[in-house]
Amino acid sequence: MNPAWSVIFLTTLIGAGQGLFLALFGIDVAARIGVIGTAPSQLFVIGAVISVLLLVGGLAGSFFHLGHPERAWRAIAMWRTSWLSREVIVLPAFIAAVAAYGYAHATGLNCAAWIGFGAALLCLALFLCTAMIYICLKFLQEWHTPLTFINFLLLGTASGALLAAAVANAVWPSIAPLLAALAGVVTLFAALTRGMSLARNARLRPKSTLQTAIGIANPKIAQKAQGAMGGSFNTREFFHGRSKEVVAAVKWFFLICVFAVPLLLLVIVLTAAAPQWLAVAFGVQYAGLLAERWYFFAQARHPQNLYYQAIS
Amino acid sequence: MTQLALVIDLNVCVGCHACATSCKEWNTGGAAGPLTDQNPYGKDPSGTFFNRVQTYEVGEFPATETVHFPKSCLHCEDPPCVPVCPTGASYKRAEDGIVLVDYDKCIGCKYCAWACPYGAREIDEQQQVMKKCTLCVDRITSKELPEEERKPACVIACPTSARLFGDVHDPESEVSKAVRERGGYALMPEWETRPANQYLPRNPNKAVNAVAALQDDPRVIDGAMAAPNDGAVKA
Ligand code: SF4
Ligand code: SF4
Repeated sequence: MNPAWSVIFLTTLIGAGQGLFLALFGIDVAARIGVIGTAPSQLFVIGAVISVLLLVGGLAGSFFHLGHPERAWRAIAMWRTSWLSREVIVLPAFIAAVAAYGYAHATGLNCAAWIGFGAALLCLALFLCTAMIYICLKFLQEWHTPLTFINFLLLGTASGALLAAAVANAVWPSIAPLLAALAGVVTLFAALTRGMSLARNARLRPKSTLQTAIGIANPKIAQKAQGAMGGSFNTREFFHGRSKEVVAAVKWFFLICVFAVPLLLLVIVLTAAAPQWLAVAFGVQYAGLLAERWYFFAQARHPQNLYYQAIS
Repeated sequence: MTQLALVIDLNVCVGCHACATSCKEWNTGGAAGPLTDQNPYGKDPSGTFFNRVQTYEVGEFPATETVHFPKSCLHCEDPPCVPVCPTGASYKRAEDGIVLVDYDKCIGCKYCAWACPYGAREIDEQQQVMKKCTLCVDRITSKELPEEERKPACVIACPTSARLFGDVHDPESEVSKAVRERGGYALMPEWETRPANQYLPRNPNKAVNAVAALQDDPRVIDGAMAAPNDGAVKA
């Protein structure tokens, strides 16, 4: 596939926004049951504001993907069958819930925990909807695996937890190491599951071949014309047009920036009590996640590409 | 239940593109139009088409055959492109099985094109809505056109009658008989989309077979696999 920046920003920004909310809500719950002392409500207010900004940013980015953004409201219609439609419903609901959660903390409403609980459910539903958009396309074999959901969940949570640690460092510094440790653990798990999906995809054999595509059994088939000479939607949307070397470089870039560098920085943060590195770690990881998502799209080989291998 | 479809005879298609051009002519002015072009007379012409005629060389020189292969939406009986559409713009008509797009509802999210394994959908870059073959729904249901012209434009245009049109659910229709008697097959059966459009395989070419064995039954996939397609191939 040809990665679309609008979708890359959508999935990475909302992932971080979701993870940030989940991490803060976890802290909120831990504080309420009395295992980490009393949390300043400021932390949740600021966190909710940042989370909403990230989510709205992602939502705004997604509009650039549409040919007719003014009709976007129509996308709520087919929630019975379409995961995209479900995402379009759940995302604004989650944004509203996070905003309500921040408002409840700002005004000291004692139902904040319940709002947070509802928002956490919406958050998980949103991870599921986003991932299922890709998982449900069975012939995009690279995406058609539960690992897609697990990776979206863990990568979003990792970046969000890292951001939560950076925010906490400014508001409630004593809790920052706990959040940093949490971000580290989730990042480690994400490294494991993303590694699993890379290994899985490296072994994948496309089910479709040129033989099944045109229904001729001969092992030697060469395309001589594709019905257009100046390209078409089919060549623009489904081919990224980059060399193998570029794609491999993107993979190493994201492996280093999403996993290696943040984990190293987190070790420094925790062992040398240097929390100023938290924000840097988040920035590096987010840049890495942009590359990770680009690779996620670029790696998916659409069977329609079989029909577009040669111009003449 | 009616399921209208095209059955394409690969024996007689000569790759003349008459179907593609008459499709474009009818549909750019018909209910689905316009089908816009970018740079039509410039260096890299590009445009929206419902139908593309492709050409493949099968076999190894000198035992080769040229296969012309017209490709359009197959009006799948289990179309993966329909349930994914968030707006309901993409739908399959109950009365005749035609898969259509409501251009007034389409938001141009392109998700349906991702969900079609055949690359049968093309976004109209100017109108920013999804377009695809309608089986000339406005022709075949027309009350004004003379009876014999109520067929898809491509079927009428084809000089070799490579394109048959009819109801594949009616066992007595021309298309059903052709599929039954001549081994009509579906594209990419592995995805269980149950395409309504089918293709009639080429008869074994004796001249070519004398040089090297082209397989008799083109539906049988032999051990050899095509080179795995990696998205990096530049088209
Ligand atoms: S060929 Fe593609 S666009 Fe046409 S019905 Fe089948 S899946 Fe949908
Ligand atoms: S591009 Fe249009 S028809 Fe296709 S899924 Fe989106 S809204 Fe539906």
